Amino acid sequence: MIEVRDLRREFRVSEKAGFLRRAHRTVAAVDGVSFDVAAGEAVGYVGPNGAGKSTTIKMLTGILVPTSGTVRVSGVDPSRQRKELARRIGVVFGQRSQLWWDLPLKDSFELLKAIYRVSAPDFTARLAECVELLELGPFLTTPVRQLSLGQRMRGEVTASLLHAPELLVLDEPTIGLDLESKERLREFLAELNTKRGTTLLLTTHDLDDIQRLCPRLMVIDHGTVLADGPLADLRAEVSPDRVLVVDLEDAAPPLDDLPGVTSVRLEMGGKRQHLAFRRDVTTAAALITAVAARAEVHDLAVVEPEIDDVVRRLYERRHLGAECR
Amino acid sequence: MADGIYRKILHARLRGQLSYRGSFLLDCLAQAIAQGGELVVILVLFNRITALGGFSVTEVLLVYALASTAFGMSDLFAGQLNALPMYIREGTFDVLLLRPLGTLPQLMASDLPLKRIGRVFSGLVVLGYALLHNDVVWTPWSVGLLLVTPVAGAVIFSGIWVLACSVCFWLVDGQELANTVTYGSNTFTSYPISVYSGWLRRLMAFVVPGAFVAYYPALALLDKTDPLGAPAWLGWVAPLVAALVAGLAGITWTFAVRHYRGTGS
Repeated sequence: MIEVRDLRREFRVSEKAGFLRRAHRTVAAVDGVSFDVAAGEAVGYVGPNGAGKSTTIKMLTGILVPTSGTVRVSGVDPSRQRKELARRIGVVFGQRSQLWWDLPLKDSFELLKAIYRVSAPDFTARLAECVELLELGPFLTTPVRQLSLGQRMRGEVTASLLHAPELLVLDEPTIGLDLESKERLREFLAELNTKRGTTLLLTTHDLDDIQRLCPRLMVIDHGTVLADGPLADLRAEVSPDRVLVVDLEDAAPPLDDLPGVTSVRLEMGGKRQHLAFRRDVTTAAALITAVAARAEVHDLAVVEPEIDDVVRRLYERRHLGAECR
Repeated sequence: MADGIYRKILHARLRGQLSYRGSFLLDCLAQAIAQGGELVVILVLFNRITALGGFSVTEVLLVYALASTAFGMSDLFAGQLNALPMYIREGTFDVLLLRPLGTLPQLMASDLPLKRIGRVFSGLVVLGYALLHNDVVWTPWSVGLLLVTPVAGAVIFSGIWVLACSVCFWLVDGQELANTVTYGSNTFTSYPISVYSGWLRRLMAFVVPGAFVAYYPALALLDKTDPLGAPAWLGWVAPLVAALVAGLAGITWTFAVRHYRGTGS
């Protein structure tokens, strides 16, 4: 569905260098990115601000022309076959609307139907499906300018799906939404991916979006891909440690001498202990047995590192690597 | 097929603005007052003098009316290009690039400000008055010329508009500059070019081909020789000039959009 090879995009930045003089400097926003996305995948594309996410998205959707490298999306070259691509993919920008702000939502959909030349039966069926699943009914005749952000986003997603694209690209789709709207949108997108087989590529700052929607995660920083793979693998790669939290009946000294335990943090004077352990040395089950042999256990839980931690560690590792070089 | 799409877009735009009826009526009124102001200037001028650059008041009104009608028609569509800097700054130009249509027609159809139809209307009223009070020799040729001139003029104005606004892809603050050319050429074309000094006349007549919007066709309609000695056939070539300007505008726009996609915002 998406094929990207050695993609590079430079920008010229001008800076003031004295009175009327400008110094130009070339900055690579995307610096040699390669990846493939197969049909039916759901991929999260994350990274800090300025990492090159939006620039990549703009090249994938035909808005920007790459400085070098090749891109193929849905079988076409986005920069050369912009209009052809437009018929095959859907794009949702969280920050900019594709709807006509002073028209009722329904009228915007009608216009898109004409623009994408969607047949009447297809249009009716697709719209009915979105109206039902995204609960658009109550505000279908409201002008877009009067919609809440959550309602508008549901409208945007519907607008991008009326021509039944094979690929849906979402740039920050959940930005600014409240929890309920976020959850409703995620549920809809997950269903779109699994049931209809629409390929999803989304950028986000909200890692819950990834956790919920994307079996595969790509992390980008400074224009290059730092990591690409299933979330679980990335987790294992950056933090081999897992944490066993045990609540003991009575306070005990730190259980740091158990096999595989790398560090211990105490809470409530030793009644609760966070035991970090190497999963390649011991298993949670073995450790639980070892703990139970030493003290009476009241409650316990195994904690996976948070996805935020995983991404943060990926960034840190990269920066450490840069310093060593 | 594509026409059907734009007809639908424009139709929807119309409904959109009719939802603010009060402000629509006020806008129309403001437009009519502004238009009246321009007329008053001409009439006051002729209260003091009897001829301007070799033209009588009714002849000047003919030039003014042709220019005003053409500009009004062009303003209906090309006027939307004034929003281009906003589209670029807010990133909504990207949205136009995501649709399977050309960016220029999408932008021109992005609004149909009905209030601006007032200018076309008042232009036509003055035109009617000027035609009745001038000695126009009515032949099939002159009727044809009269019908073609405002359309060719509208195309010339629109072309100038596109050319001037293309600057905004390089300079986001280029709107002021562009407006000098677009609205400036409207003011210029409203008077016989013989009233202007040499360099301005040459610049506006041939570099920015404003004189073909109204001045030369008006000479042909009045069967009057140019006080500046330009050949009479210039009055008949406005459609050709329009085609040239439109072609140049199209090429420039394509080039400008390529630049935008090559550099980003």
